Amino acid sequence: MNANPLQRLQTYWDWRAAGNFICGGAGAGLAVVTTVHAMDTPGARWIVAAGLALVGLGLFCVWLEIGRPLRALNVFLHLRSSWMSREAVAAVVLFLLGSGLVLGMPWRAWPTGIAALVFLYCQARILREARAIPAWRAPLTLPLVMLTGLAEGIGLFWLLAAWLRPEAFLMLPLAGMPIARGALWLVWRRQLERRASPVALRALDRNGRWLLGAGTVAPVTLAALGASGWLASPVAAAALALAGALVAGTGAAFKFCLITRASHHLGYSIPRMPVRGVVHTASH
Amino acid sequence: MTRWAMVADLRRCVGCQTCTAACKHANATPPGVQWRRVLDIEVGEFPDVQRAFVPMGCQHCDEPACVAVCPTTATRKRTDGIVTIDYDLCIGCTYCVVACPYQARFKTPLGQFAYGDQPTENEAFREDEARREVATKCTFCVERIDSGLDKGLKPGVHPEATPACVNACIAEALAFGDIEDPDSNVSQLLARNQHFRINEEAGTGPGFFYLWDRKRDAT
Ligand code: SF4
Ligand code: SF4
Repeated sequence: MNANPLQRLQTYWDWRAAGNFICGGAGAGLAVVTTVHAMDTPGARWIVAAGLALVGLGLFCVWLEIGRPLRALNVFLHLRSSWMSREAVAAVVLFLLGSGLVLGMPWRAWPTGIAALVFLYCQARILREARAIPAWRAPLTLPLVMLTGLAEGIGLFWLLAAWLRPEAFLMLPLAGMPIARGALWLVWRRQLERRASPVALRALDRNGRWLLGAGTVAPVTLAALGASGWLASPVAAAALALAGALVAGTGAAFKFCLITRASHHLGYSIPRMPVRGVVHTASH
Repeated sequence: MTRWAMVADLRRCVGCQTCTAACKHANATPPGVQWRRVLDIEVGEFPDVQRAFVPMGCQHCDEPACVAVCPTTATRKRTDGIVTIDYDLCIGCTYCVVACPYQARFKTPLGQFAYGDQPTENEAFREDEARREVATKCTFCVERIDSGLDKGLKPGVHPEATPACVNACIAEALAFGDIEDPDSNVSQLLARNQHFRINEEAGTGPGFFYLWDRKRDAT
């Protein structure tokens, strides 16, 4: 394990930045899951609308965080290389396509889903490009953040659609996503062992216990119960909704931890110490 | 071509922080902001302990992580290697701050002064609100360099054209100059001494070199 007292926690990105990754990721995930997998669910359009609203809420959180909010439109100026600019454009495209879908243009379902996926990718790339933060920079952080967004989307879909009684086949394949998220978290955590600071790792481990227990085992069990047909339908719906809330809630907690608790700087690697006691060493 | 760079001789630095004070004086940075600071690093266990004072700040990287991520193009790199911030474009998102591998960037709120929310007379005189709520960092005293060059002076040689920290260093531990010029003071220092750069693995190509020993074969 790597220990360096100069690996300080960054404090510039706080709950507001985390809010963007939490709401934006979950909202985009909800839009992807609904448009790609469940547009024939009753009320699907409104579920997509909820996803878009969440993405908007996330962007509002960022707006609260930036120092000069009246200049916010400058965010579009560096498309050539900044993933934050690209995230902003992806959000605009998502809103344009998604609002058409919500207003009754069903052909926009797949394009909306793809735009939501692109938005999610841009968000994950934002973290990937922050070279100073090992927990964000690790190669598996990108797929993990994307998978978390998709899993949260499924969780929210279960939560919202449980009462609309989606068919069981809609639930079971989707249960693979929280399982995949939990498995990837374990591999990612191992990858971080030698990169991140011990304090960051401790924070991630505390959070990881929840992600694996309350965010993976419990909801998958509940969803399977809900889909089994053994329970009376209101109970099954409640089980599915609870499973969804657990998946989404633990995803949000993970991202909050990643952005605000495990975001320690890489520190300074000083490969050599000075050899002192040498005469005329500097400018002579 | 010119590539301005800084050299710190770790054998000479005594950790007095005069460079830090000179930078604060020259640039009127708010409390808590040290564009030039000096790390105090101790390694090893008794009795085998070593200590080093490491001047730190923006490294004016070749491939700056801050430039690539900045969504507004406020952060840019000049052809002479100096990385600049346009305070009028910056939105204060601090993406550059979390991307910089050298903890070199800061953002400070409006109305925060050394003794609370009321500035001292000097602070009120020197306060520049354009530099609040946006990203700031060491500029290599770019205004001094540019105005010095306009007057025909040589940065790193003539104090008027040289960063304030270098001028102030009591031990001549800091040097500044053009590493593309083989006759410059920094090129000569690098030629005669063994050196390294910090956090090379981050891939940003820092423009700040640290001397740690003389070259054994150097005269
Ligand atoms: S040290 Fe940091 S702020 Fe300075 S150029 Fe490099 S990445 Fe940018
Ligand atoms: S804080 Fe300013 S300089 Fe830094 S990335 Fe944001 S817009 Fe660019």
